[in-house]
Amino acid sequence: MERPEQGLGEPDSHPHANGCSLTGYGALRNGYVRGLPEAENQIHHIAHNGGLYRRPFNEAFEETPMLVAVLTYVGYGVLTLFGYLRDFLRQWKIEKCHHASEREEQKDFVPLYQDFENFYTRNLYMRIRDSWNRPICSVPGAKVDMIERLSHDYNWTFTYTGRVIKDVINMGSYNYLGFAQNTGICKEAAAKVLTQYGAGVCSTRQEMGNLDKHEELEKLVAKFLGVEAAMTYGMGFSTNSMNIPALVGKGCLILSDELNHASLVLGARLSGATIRIFKHNNMQSLEKLLRDAIVHGQPRTRRPWKKILILVEGIYSMEGSIVRLPEVIALKKKYKSYLYLDEAHSIGALGLTGRGVVEYFGLNPEDVDVMMGTFTKSFGAAGGYIGGKKELIDYLRTHSHSAVYATSLSPPVMEQILTSMKCIMGEDGTTFGKECVQQLAENTRYFRRQLKERGFIIYGNEDSPVVPLMLYMPAKIGAFGREMLKRNIGVVVVGFPATPIIESRARFCVSAAHTKEILDTVLKELDEVGDLLQLKYSRHRLVPLLDRPFDETTYEETED
Amino acid sequence: MAAAVGMGQQWVLVEMVQAFYEAPAYHLILEGILILWIIRLLFSKTYKLQERSDLTSKEKEELIEEWQPEPLVPPVSKDHPALNYSVVSGPPSHKIIVNGKECINFASFNFLGLLDNERVKNAAQASLRKYGVGTCGPRGFYGTFDVHLELEDRLAKFMRTEESIIYSYGFATIASAIPAYSKRGDIVFVDEAACFAIQKGLQASRSNIKLFKHNDMADLEQLLKEQEIEDQKNPRKACVTRRFILVEGLYMNTGDICPLPELIKLKYKYKVRIFLEESLSFGVLGEHGRGVTEHFGINVDDIDLISANMENSLASIGGFCCGRSFVIDHQRLSGQGYCFSASLPPLLAAAAIEALNIMEENPDIFQILREKCKRIHKALQRISGLIVVGDLFSPALHLQLEETSGSRENDMKLLKRIVDYCMNRSIALTQACYLEKEEKCLPPPSIRIVVTVEQTEEELDKAASIIREAAQSVLN
Repeated sequence: MERPEQGLGEPDSHPHANGCSLTGYGALRNGYVRGLPEAENQIHHIAHNGGLYRRPFNEAFEETPMLVAVLTYVGYGVLTLFGYLRDFLRQWKIEKCHHASEREEQKDFVPLYQDFENFYTRNLYMRIRDSWNRPICSVPGAKVDMIERLSHDYNWTFTYTGRVIKDVINMGSYNYLGFAQNTGICKEAAAKVLTQYGAGVCSTRQEMGNLDKHEELEKLVAKFLGVEAAMTYGMGFSTNSMNIPALVGKGCLILSDELNHASLVLGARLSGATIRIFKHNNMQSLEKLLRDAIVHGQPRTRRPWKKILILVEGIYSMEGSIVRLPEVIALKKKYKSYLYLDEAHSIGALGLTGRGVVEYFGLNPEDVDVMMGTFTKSFGAAGGYIGGKKELIDYLRTHSHSAVYATSLSPPVMEQILTSMKCIMGEDGTTFGKECVQQLAENTRYFRRQLKERGFIIYGNEDSPVVPLMLYMPAKIGAFGREMLKRNIGVVVVGFPATPIIESRARFCVSAAHTKEILDTVLKELDEVGDLLQLKYSRHRLVPLLDRPFDETTYEETED
Repeated sequence: MAAAVGMGQQWVLVEMVQAFYEAPAYHLILEGILILWIIRLLFSKTYKLQERSDLTSKEKEELIEEWQPEPLVPPVSKDHPALNYSVVSGPPSHKIIVNGKECINFASFNFLGLLDNERVKNAAQASLRKYGVGTCGPRGFYGTFDVHLELEDRLAKFMRTEESIIYSYGFATIASAIPAYSKRGDIVFVDEAACFAIQKGLQASRSNIKLFKHNDMADLEQLLKEQEIEDQKNPRKACVTRRFILVEGLYMNTGDICPLPELIKLKYKYKVRIFLEESLSFGVLGEHGRGVTEHFGINVDDIDLISANMENSLASIGGFCCGRSFVIDHQRLSGQGYCFSASLPPLLAAAAIEALNIMEENPDIFQILREKCKRIHKALQRISGLIVVGDLFSPALHLQLEETSGSRENDMKLLKRIVDYCMNRSIALTQACYLEKEEKCLPPPSIRIVVTVEQTEEELDKAASIIREAAQSVLN
């Protein structure tokens, strides 16, 4: 395995100037932080390729304590045993069967689902189903109103009591900058456009759905991102799944981070290119794949790859980690590949003026070939965009699946994006947008630091507004979600299959709309719930991401 | 004599053993090595089939240096027909301003004219005042609003099904629904004229795809029979291989209605499930606009899954699937576009609810639409050089060239000139756009004419006569 610093060192960087004054693969790397919080003042900001970073990159993951891991597996074991037992009882009609069944007329068809397919849903998910899909009936701002629901049959069905749980603190919505509002300039502007244009478009961009508003929005997005041109799409998910196939195809290679979002995975699959997976945010793994790909060419045919596209996200929504963009860009330049950066969570939420992860690292947007992002999160709207060179956008205008077959963005939604984006850029003549970005950064650091001090295991980068708090055990997923709601706090909990099986977690999304009082309330309640559920696992032994086990097997997926 | 020979042999053996004992050690070792060498020669390959020598890192560096990738995207010529979009200023409603010229809209799928409807707009406004624009989350994570639940409930009731599920984008609806059920190894029988969203859904599902000729039930039955024979050979595999027929109610690419009664017969005969894509037929066909099932008077429960978008008749954004809970509920955890995408902005859901209200209150609207479809359909007959493709009831029909000029590119140019001619005379039309390299069965180039209830009879006649003129001037 090549030492990445050899590969990555910029021509002018001195071997010792890249911040890696280590002998071999010692323990001190990648923002290793020793002995929190006492040592907070003397953090060693040692990144693997420190020379590439203009700011400290503190990203650490604490290892799962062994006892917790064992108990978690035991937990799943017990659940599975009981699952089998109850399936057995259901089969013999001893226990009432709640789930919907096939029509009588179609009983002799091939079953629509394999029996085991829904084992997990039936026996594990169903027990804690009340922690998801909680209906709300207000703006998804800092506080939301939630519709109360009850289940009399252990979550198989819900009944609505008609009551509303008022002012639940919202730690779940992706409202990073607080633009989810039903008052203010964004709403006013959207209302005006709604009256003028109506809600829908009823056509595609290439046919009759290219409104003047679309052109206006795309110019603004390009300006915001600092790229030559941009194109917008009606849905964030589809922006990935319908545009990656336009960029790469058979004979091309996609290198994808193992934790990439489902939309990127789907887009990669639909493209017909070969897909190889590198370890999460692991630059050695990426570089190895790049080298091997170029040296060995395509499998079987032995032809060189037509092109290589690296797919990464700005902020990973389940890990809270920030992509090592300076290193990725150095690698992509060295190996002449192309970079597709999905800024779904990072646009607006990172960088001094909200321009995303590129600004956060002080890089040049031109070094990223495809800048993709969504309007759902920071802008409080819907849809997605792709920005880049004019040739790229011209090509997408003619070849994007979305431009030809899918309805274009709704006008009032576009107006929300236009107004909120102008606000972030300061084009509305106020500093409100800028303050929001700063507030978010402050809130993020405060909330993360406080959680760490309280002894929770927190994943991800210290600047990432996505804050995963580890729960590990399956029973704690439900318990945590319910306990927090009891205290009027709405949280997101996630378990398998969205996370590795033992790494169930709760995820907080910090927002600029959260006041210090709100965050303090959340922290106070969390403290209690943490004691109650024994969630304070942390032994303050942080392991840098790179030192997590990395086996060299690569997973390959080839479409036929 | 024999004894003497025997004696002699014995003597030789004894002598050998004796010699063995007497031989010096180096001699024995040498012979031992020789024997091993012979064994090695016997059992090893005499030469290596492939000289495997690993590349040195210098060679690797050279290879990396040499490799020249293709550009990320090939250059697009400045006059690519799809590069420069027509710009619509203002709302794309009945009267539309295209590239600065006011026209009557014959291009947007606003069949019921609900895009410009005041009631719909007011409902959306009320929702905007309450919820703001975005939902800031997927359905699972605080992105489920009461309006979503209401819309799902209303759609299920409207379609007379048990349950419905909404997606935030029309294209993603069927494209996510298919892979939720049909997996690798399953078989999908699909009409070759199926729209692009279906094609992508099928690709994502990685199932075996069997294309049958457009609306050709004999061809479909032939395929089903072949499959039946195949199944008899391997009954074990057959009893876990799910089978689906995938058809559209009204075909986007041809404007034809699918022969649903025959399909239902085949469904029960061959035990295949039917998925129906109704984006064009929902809110169009049937006495109450319930789509192709109502049009043919078929029990909606005979269809396993109906999917449609809310971007045409309902003039909002998004899509939905409906059917029995047994089928639909599965998508809440397995529909990728449902689980992993932000939910539909509440104002768009509210607009769809109000549009449904209007549809329920005015069932005449569908009759009016049908009359108009028939009228323009008739008026467009016998234009020299052009043929009308599509069913009499279809609000989106295609005008194709009677005779191709030889190349697709030239055909497109001819049609473009017709479109421009009409556009100059205030009739906004559009060519049906396709990605030529991506389509499984590329439909011939065509102009798509969309009928809406807002178009008056005079406007329909005027459009038809202008198209006739245009064809005359361009094609003759």
